Amino acid sequence: MSLHEVQKEKQIKSKMKQFLSFIKKEFLHVFRDSKTMLMLFGLPIAQITLFGFALTNEIKNSRIVVLDQAKDIASQEIVQKFEAGRQFTLDRTLNNPNQIEEAFRSGNLKLAILIPANFYEDLQHLHEAQIQIISDASDPNTANTLTTYASNILMDYQLELMQNAKLPMSIDTDIRMLYNPELKGATNFVPGVIALVLMLVCVLMTSVSIVREKERGTMEILLVSPFHPFLVILSKAVPYFILSLFNLGVIILMSVFLLDMPFNGPVWLLFAESGLFILTCLSVGLLISNSTKSQAAAMLISLMGMLIPTLLLAGFMFPLENMPWPLQLISNVVPAKWFYIIVKSIMVKGLGFAAIWKETLILFVMTILLLLISYKKFNIRLS
Amino acid sequence: MKEIVIKTEKLTKQFGNFIAANEISFEVYKGEIFGFLGANGAGKTTAMRMLCGLSRPTSGNATIAGFDVYRQTEEIKKNIGYMSQKFSLYEDLNILENIRFFGGIYGLSRQEIREKSEKLIDQLGLEMEVKKLVGELPLGWKQKLAFSVAILHEPSIVFLDEPTGGVDPVTRRQFWDLIYEASDRGITIFVTTHYMDEAEYCNRVSMMVDGKIEALDTPGNLKMKYAANSMDGVFYELARGAKRKAD
Repeated sequence: MSLHEVQKEKQIKSKMKQFLSFIKKEFLHVFRDSKTMLMLFGLPIAQITLFGFALTNEIKNSRIVVLDQAKDIASQEIVQKFEAGRQFTLDRTLNNPNQIEEAFRSGNLKLAILIPANFYEDLQHLHEAQIQIISDASDPNTANTLTTYASNILMDYQLELMQNAKLPMSIDTDIRMLYNPELKGATNFVPGVIALVLMLVCVLMTSVSIVREKERGTMEILLVSPFHPFLVILSKAVPYFILSLFNLGVIILMSVFLLDMPFNGPVWLLFAESGLFILTCLSVGLLISNSTKSQAAAMLISLMGMLIPTLLLAGFMFPLENMPWPLQLISNVVPAKWFYIIVKSIMVKGLGFAAIWKETLILFVMTILLLLISYKKFNIRLS
Repeated sequence: MKEIVIKTEKLTKQFGNFIAANEISFEVYKGEIFGFLGANGAGKTTAMRMLCGLSRPTSGNATIAGFDVYRQTEEIKKNIGYMSQKFSLYEDLNILENIRFFGGIYGLSRQEIREKSEKLIDQLGLEMEVKKLVGELPLGWKQKLAFSVAILHEPSIVFLDEPTGGVDPVTRRQFWDLIYEASDRGITIFVTTHYMDEAEYCNRVSMMVDGKIEALDTPGNLKMKYAANSMDGVFYELARGAKRKAD
């Protein structure tokens, strides 16, 4: 080895040492600050619990009332069927149509079922009978879901009746809910929560931690030191990268074991894709920190600029397909949208890289662009 | 002949139409305590940033510890220390962690860091506070600690940007004891201050007015020249001619 090479190696070694002392210091910052710790580790647990147990869109045990004016075999069988399922709980039976309105007003009644007199007779002789379902549509989504449940129950009953009579022709619809046969909410929101938590932690934490150095005057000290500014940024990113991967592990374990979330695809692929998404978020955080001077501003921009679009436009809270086209267009620049698709494809559908290369490429290009812009901004600030 | 460690020739920094530092020329000698005075907005910070390699001059020349401010900023950064008016250690780390971190980014070996931190803690009498977070220390101690950390890597020059702002007179005096000690060891001190009693402690003082250096001499000579009893009078005499408004 020539003298030059020895010197070069020594230089690289000392750079590594600088880098390591910086990363160590960043970890100390994180572990010292109870607010940061809470945000890092409390947030994913809170989110999963919240979404998993409180904000579920599965509907169970909705209270219903029945006004059975027929009181014959058929009507009783139908009422029994309603009681049997776990979707409905029979609150009480009414005797008078006037009571219906009152019942709805009095509280959390979701559905009323009216069976007119002579129900069975009509069915037998006229081959046609009527049932009225009244639902509380102040929450349209719930009302829709509940009336569908109710129609299905009635349809089932009808099929049972038909077994006795032979119809000339019939179409059997066989509906299969692919990937999520039990229609669990978890498959939809867990990928969303993963995107949300990684986004929040990475964007917010990086931007705030860089801006904090500016605010406290320590950034100046770092810039005067022989430590390269680029390394300052890089060593800020490393701890949050590692902590985010740890976070991801916690979320996945919780959702698989507590919420029965399926995990069909390769684990390594999910972690690799998450690594990419974390990089995207870190570069957003970097860009924010390069454009703001105070921690408060950085926090506000991170929350308003990233959290809200992620919630609204990533597709897991509100379906993108139903949005007006300008919003659909904007949603394309929300990184979480693509990551959401990726996570869903891997965890729920069990697909491999071939199915998600397009989304991966989009995230990759976004990251490179963001990094280029923030590096340029950083250089301008320095001169 | 005294050894020159800072030498500037017509060093200028222009932001658009505004000339923050206008053809500054001066020399600073090894081991000297050099006071860099001026009203707010006179261009002190701009000049200092150029000397530290943080800001590229628009024109003129300067060498710091023998290195060129245009081409050898990396080398300059290795050979200077810096402490700013804002407090510059990490408040959420303890004393030892701060020393280790700054030692680490200046490339000191673990062995060196251990020896130096022991010496430093002993010198400042901080044995009992080693595990305390820096944020819990009184301001005066923080400043002394920050100065000691800034010269941990034995730089040839240390830049102090209003190091004693907000500190009581007794602690300020102690702070200056540290400065004298460093200067005795051959470290050059380049200090900005607004306290005129501190200006008296300097070997030589320069006065910046409107981006130019209006006066440069020992405190004694300056007082004689401007027929003032104290540096306060000298400062007032020079600064009242300023056209620029303080920011």
